[in-house]
Amino acid sequence: MRTAREVYLDNYAASPLLPEARDAMLPFLGESFGNPSSLHGRGDAAREAVEEARSRVAALIGAAPEEIIFTCNGTEANNLAVKGITAGSRRKGRHIMVSAVEHFSVLHAARSLEKQGYELELVPVDEYGRIDLGALRSLMRDDTILVSVMLANGEVGTIQPVAEAACIAAERGVPFHTDAAAAAAHLPIDVESLGVQALTLSSDLLYGPQGVGALWVRRGLRVIPLLDGGVQEGGRRGGTENVAGIVGMGVAAELARERMTERSAHLRGLRDALIAGLPARVDHVHLTGHPVERLPWNASFVVEFIEGEGMLLLLDQQGVAVSSGSACTSRALKGSHVLTAMGVPPERAQGSILFSFGPQNTLQDVDYVLEVFPPIVERLRQMSPLYAKFLKERG
Amino acid sequence: MAQYSDVVMDHFTNPRNVGEIEDADGVGEVGNPVCGDMMTFYIKVDEEGRLAEVKYKTFGCGAAIAVSSMVSEMAKGKTIEEALKITRDGVAEELGGLPANKMHCSNLGADALHKAIEDYLEKKGKE
Repeated sequence: MRTAREVYLDNYAASPLLPEARDAMLPFLGESFGNPSSLHGRGDAAREAVEEARSRVAALIGAAPEEIIFTCNGTEANNLAVKGITAGSRRKGRHIMVSAVEHFSVLHAARSLEKQGYELELVPVDEYGRIDLGALRSLMRDDTILVSVMLANGEVGTIQPVAEAACIAAERGVPFHTDAAAAAAHLPIDVESLGVQALTLSSDLLYGPQGVGALWVRRGLRVIPLLDGGVQEGGRRGGTENVAGIVGMGVAAELARERMTERSAHLRGLRDALIAGLPARVDHVHLTGHPVERLPWNASFVVEFIEGEGMLLLLDQQGVAVSSGSACTSRALKGSHVLTAMGVPPERAQGSILFSFGPQNTLQDVDYVLEVFPPIVERLRQMSPLYAKFLKERG
Repeated sequence: MAQYSDVVMDHFTNPRNVGEIEDADGVGEVGNPVCGDMMTFYIKVDEEGRLAEVKYKTFGCGAAIAVSSMVSEMAKGKTIEEALKITRDGVAEELGGLPANKMHCSNLGADALHKAIEDYLEKKGKE
């Protein structure tokens, strides 16, 4: 359906590819088709391109290039971290810890290990989604072999105290992995000062192409490959590289470093305009996640008395693309595990809505949302038996 | 949204008969907001035993709202016996199909209508 205006606010799901990244990729989808493992000239060109991208990605997080393993997305990098590090340390113990608000690619990887006989402990979070450092410390055991806590949560925007958490793990010599996919384009990262042993990146969340990711693993930490094959990626990930994708990710990583300050300031402006504007126009709307320790692009809310999919569909009819963590919008029909872990009551979590901004968005986009969204909420509330009950009880 | 048929989107976008009936002859509530969907149906029955008015309020996804709207349309003007024959599958069929994962949780309209009719019959029995 054509609408007066199109406002894309689902950048956490996908965002426009940086033209610079696309331009850098194009030769590798055309004449530069070499395989980086080949020993001839075409192979050399492809290999050099991959290694240049590796250096760029490493530079974004203050790492050494040879510590970067390219994967086919953030999900694979998280799986490789959780399963690969665990497998590499299985003689030391069987206990693993991940936060309760991790991305499914960490959480479900950990659940899969649990089925294989590992013991899994979920680190609880507070109402803002921040992990409980005291619980992390007290739940850690002599046989803990991995702790994984994300740098920031994409669904509610909360930034985790990862340096503090990594310090607690380091006291016991336990490897610490952090999923930095949602944060890496917006928060300066230095793996040395962060004190972590492994870190996940995703190209699309750096505004690079989809289908590429990377896992940084500190030199000396053993990781058993998920994919056995050739000796690509230092023998830690078999399979011919996605050269064009990797090149695109490299450019995106470099631009993330160059543009971080300016980009974050822009996104923060949009985010804060919506966070201030929406509750001023609609009552019973609550910000989810931490009010201050928050990703610059994330404005997530729960809207009481109504359900997320209805909001999403009606916004779509107005040209506004968003997402929701409600049970009805998930294919599995399960409510958001993040909101649940934060103690949001299930019926309120059904009203979840996430506006994720990207560099292409403007303040006019926020104004448009503030214009079209309140009547949508009102319309759905007029249909809602929960709202009717609320009004009756209020009298 | 491609997962829904045009009929579902039409009923979701322009739901028919939304509202409450103050002096309803029967009220039926099914589902709960914890699971995701909740519907309350209100009916008014005329002297000939026909559903003169059918209204509802729905908390839930696009499918849940469309189902409520369709059930209200299907039930209006029908006799109690006819209305009791409205089934979940029949509603889904009239809507041009529902996504498989929505067949169970969102397709509660017929149940809510039947509950409202039971409520009416019970009240009538007591008179």
